[in-house]
Amino acid sequence: MKSTFQPDKNGYFGQYGGAYIPELLYPNVKEIEDHYIQIIASKAFQQEYKSLLKDYVGRPSPLYYAKRLSGKYGTHIYLKREDLNHTGAHKINNTIGQILIAKKLGKTQIIAETGAGQHGVATATVCALMGLDCTVFMGEKDIIRQAPNVARMKMLGAKVVPATSGSKTLKDATNEAIRYWIQHPHTFYLIGSVVGPHPHPDMVARLQAVISEEMKWQLLEKTGKENPDTIIACVGGGSNAVGAFYHYMEEKDVELIAVEAAGKGVYSGKSAATSQLGEVGIIHGSKTILMQDDYGQIVEPYSISAGLDYPGVGPLHAFLYDTKRAKFMNATDEEALQAAYELTRIEGIIPALETAHALAVLPKLIFDKDQVVVINLSGRGDKDLETYIKHLKE
Amino acid sequence: MSLIASILKKKSSNVLSIYFTSGFPELNDTTKVIEVLSKSGVDFIEVGLPYSDPLADGPTIQDSSQKALKNGMNLDLVFDQLMRIKTTNTTPLVLMGYLNQILKYGEDKFCQRMTDCGIDTLIIPDLPMLVYEEHHRELFKRYGINHVFLITPLTTDERIRKIDSYTESFIYMVASNTTTGAKSNISKQQIDYFKRIESMRLRSPLIIGFGISNHHTFIEVCKYANGAIIGSAFIQFLKVNGVKKIPEFIQNITRSVY
Repeated sequence: MKSTFQPDKNGYFGQYGGAYIPELLYPNVKEIEDHYIQIIASKAFQQEYKSLLKDYVGRPSPLYYAKRLSGKYGTHIYLKREDLNHTGAHKINNTIGQILIAKKLGKTQIIAETGAGQHGVATATVCALMGLDCTVFMGEKDIIRQAPNVARMKMLGAKVVPATSGSKTLKDATNEAIRYWIQHPHTFYLIGSVVGPHPHPDMVARLQAVISEEMKWQLLEKTGKENPDTIIACVGGGSNAVGAFYHYMEEKDVELIAVEAAGKGVYSGKSAATSQLGEVGIIHGSKTILMQDDYGQIVEPYSISAGLDYPGVGPLHAFLYDTKRAKFMNATDEEALQAAYELTRIEGIIPALETAHALAVLPKLIFDKDQVVVINLSGRGDKDLETYIKHLKE
Repeated sequence: MSLIASILKKKSSNVLSIYFTSGFPELNDTTKVIEVLSKSGVDFIEVGLPYSDPLADGPTIQDSSQKALKNGMNLDLVFDQLMRIKTTNTTPLVLMGYLNQILKYGEDKFCQRMTDCGIDTLIIPDLPMLVYEEHHRELFKRYGINHVFLITPLTTDERIRKIDSYTESFIYMVASNTTTGAKSNISKQQIDYFKRIESMRLRSPLIIGFGISNHHTFIEVCKYANGAIIGSAFIQFLKVNGVKKIPEFIQNITRSVY
């Protein structure tokens, strides 16, 4: 069955996607494009992927009924606990899958970009697991604000290379990773989100889809129905949101809510709310919605959360936005911090700053008392403690 | 026939092209750089349109692009500058920019302004062949613009043949698997690649770029192609020595050639 939300043969979701890459990258991308679907579909891959997700990552991740949070908002809120995965976020679902693809392609050197450091840690982890060489590109600014993750990557044996160009954050780390990939075509670029040239967005989406695959049977067990009424997830590049939405995109009765980072306010000039501020353009090899100035220069985004600090959004998200299949909302730094404190105090769960943005829209929504709401709790907050402590003092 | 094609018809070896970033080192240096390069005997000039995220470029061109943007360079300004020298400049120009800035500016407006300035050749390194075939081939044809494709050591013969059939000016042969940036030597591996392409007997002229930095590398690659493009090494020189000294750089490259 042809789905509306699957890419066409050239990697387009509607007008978004494709592979806008220099000829220098063409063979690298082509190698993955020619093999990824076949590899993922193979029995050997599925066995190893599922087994590692179960025994190494700790899946299925629990679907937890947050009773006190539900009481506060007068509805039924379930938290999909990706924060309980090994390495503390949903990122590892993707890195486990891609490392198996890399191995199948005979690659021994892995490169990756990282913003908050979660993807970098998840990549360094699977490289250690498989005994492969790992280089992670990270914005110089992010290296400072996510120091614990930098230490973890180093302990795992990864080389962390600071990206010193442009805004020195995720966008630039991605540029540097792509440039390195051009110069080292034998390496495998293990991209961390549903961004980049086709087939990367689709490959990552398929590997994160395990989140909503589990939600279906977990909800059936707990509520008697596979479908919730609403799913809420934060969006930077968009990988955790795609994972949580994947098996529900065709189910029109399920409301999908994507939450972007509004920084100091959507129109403050210090924001990362791409769908609100962006226009159609090309970033990192993909046609999508991105933040740019009048002359098409990419604008430096801002968010307190290094993982949402990205001027674009995955092409599938741009399509979900255009077609209004997903509702795009946003949360400011301040709202995210409040939401993180709220969850911590009433449920005893410290969420990642990224995830806190998804929680922050709860006060802005009107719920029915019988509504079933799933929030993708994409990551834990250990890496953000310094920011949280600083905020507590203020 | 494109302006570059007619140059390449008259002169088929040791063709020297220089790349520079418009608006660098100073905002209004664009036309001065072109004038001096032209007087120094450069065969054609590649004018870089500075972009915030130039994926195919190494640190030198990234830095010059950042500086140019900081200087206030934008597409309207660069076209204004190029328009001013339209009647006086005798050296053909090629524009090089990334697709996003052209999309945002408006593709038709971009093509119109470019042709108004008397420029008919364009390099968009991140324009994929597929998108070119579906859309840009027709668009460029309407404006009489030729798009220059890049080939690399990893481009398949089949793809090179297709590129050859689309080419009306020259094929930009990337010297190695690398982003732009000066290298001091040409490796045996590179020479094998140059020979392989040479033996394909393509109909289009070949100009080699990426990593060509001095007299030695220029002469070496010119043995296998019609000429070469020098970018990063020139920008580095320009940054240190300024516009006035440009003739020295060019003389150093071409020395015994003429």
